Amino acid sequence: MIADLIETIAKILFVFGINMGFFSPILGWVERKQSAVMQDRVGANRADIMGYKAIGLFHPIADAIKVMVKEDFIPDGANKIFHTLAPFISLTCSIVTFAVVPFGGQYEIFGHKVNLVIANLDVGILFVFAFASLAPYGAVLAGWSSNNNWSFLGGMRASAQMLSYEVAMGFTIIGVIMVFGSLRLTDIGMMQEDFFRWGIFLQPVGFILFLTCAIAENKRIPFDMPEAESELVAGYFTEYSGMKFVMFWMGEFLEIVTISAIVTTLFFGAWHLPFITDADLVNFFSFAGQTGSNFLAILVNVATFLMKVIFFIWLQMTIRWTLPRFRYDQVMKLGWKMILPISLINIFITAVIILV
Amino acid sequence: MSETTKDLYTENMIINMGPSHPVTHGTVKFLVTLDGEKIVDMKVDIGYLHRGFEKMCENSTWEQVMPFTDRLNYVSPLINNVGYALAVEKLIGIDVPERCKYIRVIACELSRIADHLTNIAASAMEMGAMTAFLYFVEAREFIWDLIESFCGARVTTNYVRIGGLKNDLPDGFKEKTLHALAEVRKFWDDVNKLLTKNRIFIDRVRNTGTMPPEEAISYGFTGPCLRASGVPYDVRKAHPYLIYDQLNFDIPVGEQGDNFDRYLVRMEEIIQSTRIVEQALEQIPKGPINICSPEYRWQPKEAVYDKIESLIFHFKTVVEGIKPPNGEIYFPIEAANGELGFYLVSNGGGKPYKCRVRPPCFPLTAAMPRMVKGGFIADIIPTFDLINMIGGECDR
Repeated sequence: MIADLIETIAKILFVFGINMGFFSPILGWVERKQSAVMQDRVGANRADIMGYKAIGLFHPIADAIKVMVKEDFIPDGANKIFHTLAPFISLTCSIVTFAVVPFGGQYEIFGHKVNLVIANLDVGILFVFAFASLAPYGAVLAGWSSNNNWSFLGGMRASAQMLSYEVAMGFTIIGVIMVFGSLRLTDIGMMQEDFFRWGIFLQPVGFILFLTCAIAENKRIPFDMPEAESELVAGYFTEYSGMKFVMFWMGEFLEIVTISAIVTTLFFGAWHLPFITDADLVNFFSFAGQTGSNFLAILVNVATFLMKVIFFIWLQMTIRWTLPRFRYDQVMKLGWKMILPISLINIFITAVIILV
Repeated sequence: MSETTKDLYTENMIINMGPSHPVTHGTVKFLVTLDGEKIVDMKVDIGYLHRGFEKMCENSTWEQVMPFTDRLNYVSPLINNVGYALAVEKLIGIDVPERCKYIRVIACELSRIADHLTNIAASAMEMGAMTAFLYFVEAREFIWDLIESFCGARVTTNYVRIGGLKNDLPDGFKEKTLHALAEVRKFWDDVNKLLTKNRIFIDRVRNTGTMPPEEAISYGFTGPCLRASGVPYDVRKAHPYLIYDQLNFDIPVGEQGDNFDRYLVRMEEIIQSTRIVEQALEQIPKGPINICSPEYRWQPKEAVYDKIESLIFHFKTVVEGIKPPNGEIYFPIEAANGELGFYLVSNGGGKPYKCRVRPPCFPLTAAMPRMVKGGFIADIIPTFDLINMIGGECDR
């Protein structure tokens, strides 16, 4: 009992720490630095401590100090409760999803069975969707409660776009569920132990559709209609400043991590290295004793998983800095008239193959 | 759909786009009436950058107007300099030396390249393609370095003088220019790959802001926007000035008159302008750059210090200004944006009696409601960007 509690707390601390302590500050830096490299610029390199710049890595600290001392501005006529609530909804939805994402297999440490996922739900993937569909509330409430026309337009766009892509995303994922026969993300991860059973080989179309939908869900270029800084000033968070603005920002960045984690879990063999099973890992580290070998295997699992996640973060950043923005009606057309039918056909073909 | 929403009471949203809005650079205000995302009505408010250029000219001598013209189209100031100088020269009835004409053509075409690069870059950025923006801004940097090398300034050039130029080209200018143009072409290729065949970009600009040729003419369109509508009118070909009739270049023409055609025409004009610069650099003769006519163009400093006649001319032209004969003149040149015309009236004094500018982007801005009505709010962005409204020129 106590061991379970310690295990859960340790896992929560790890996941929360890696997201809030590592990914969310570092992604701000990655976004700046990667775009700078792509665009032939020097990039973030101004913040320094005692003359030491660390290739701009101090910028997140500078940003944090800046936003904390900024005025928390609420416009006249805004609905104060919802205006305050909206960023919390956005941020919470993107953090909570990590609870069901497995970052390693099942191991034994000190005679205690450890499952490397915070909440091993039977309906893991549905949990992800449940929180993904709560996310639009953050954007819509922010847009509506700000008492600003631009915010309002942004909120409207956000709700329409995110809802339509949720439908398409749901259908793209059905193919994966049919192939693996489980909604539990840990099971899906387990089944990809064999390299040729990775989701990308079983569901190549599903992968492309899912990634597209996920980026659209996250409202980033080329799908950043709700923000569209040249059209709607800043869209639904026009009237936000200071910490609340940063919460939207962090929510967006953490959603990049979520998307990468889910894509890794569903399509890229979760925590597995190609051709190496978890049992192989434990055997390989057998020199370290029973607990030691399990512990080292966990480290390899987590490192593999993080590397894959970082790869997909890089991919999303590259897409964001390469493509221009869609128009609102084109996004809707793409969602309903292209991705939805293709995902339905994908389900049909998958079903036929499974039957045969 | 119409059946279900028939009884639903809806209201149009009236929204102020600008004057301080990311897309209304150049400071203009659109009063947009929206039905959802569709534009029902639009009113354009200009004048936020009005500085009284024309009135300022009336209180300055003819030469003192030159720096004011830098601030008209501040993206390609050299073309404004040349346009004003040519108008005054025609009013006086003088002709500048051959070398001066070549240098003016080179200056104009470099400015045109810079202007088109800026315009396409800004449009791309506003459609979300930040990388294309920075590529072209970097390419523009090469052009501005060149401009700096012969003017000493990057934006407020003030290079051309009535009857000549401030100074000759520096040593090694030809090699530097050819190198810079090669670099620009590299960036041009990159952006061409990023945008011209990019489905998202094409979807954004195809069939938006369309203008049929007849209407474009009746609105008074000129320049790339008119040519995008399919009318091959270019002042450089239609009414050649300087040495444009001796140079070999093509006028790109669009077919549909939409934003994509405007983009393509500008992209092609960048290449044509590099051709012109290369030809001009090849053919440029040696010789003086200023006319030898001390009542209109200052003598060199040595002459002013050494000779009493030159000193007197210098004193008179600086204090009272040069004195063109009585009369009026309209002289158009092809600026980066279209026909830039100077209408000057002289009463024989040292100051212009009237200096009116025909800005190319004024009719374009006036046609904004016609081009975007019925479209989406997102169509304002490519349309307004690709007409390239420049506040300094439109509002004067």
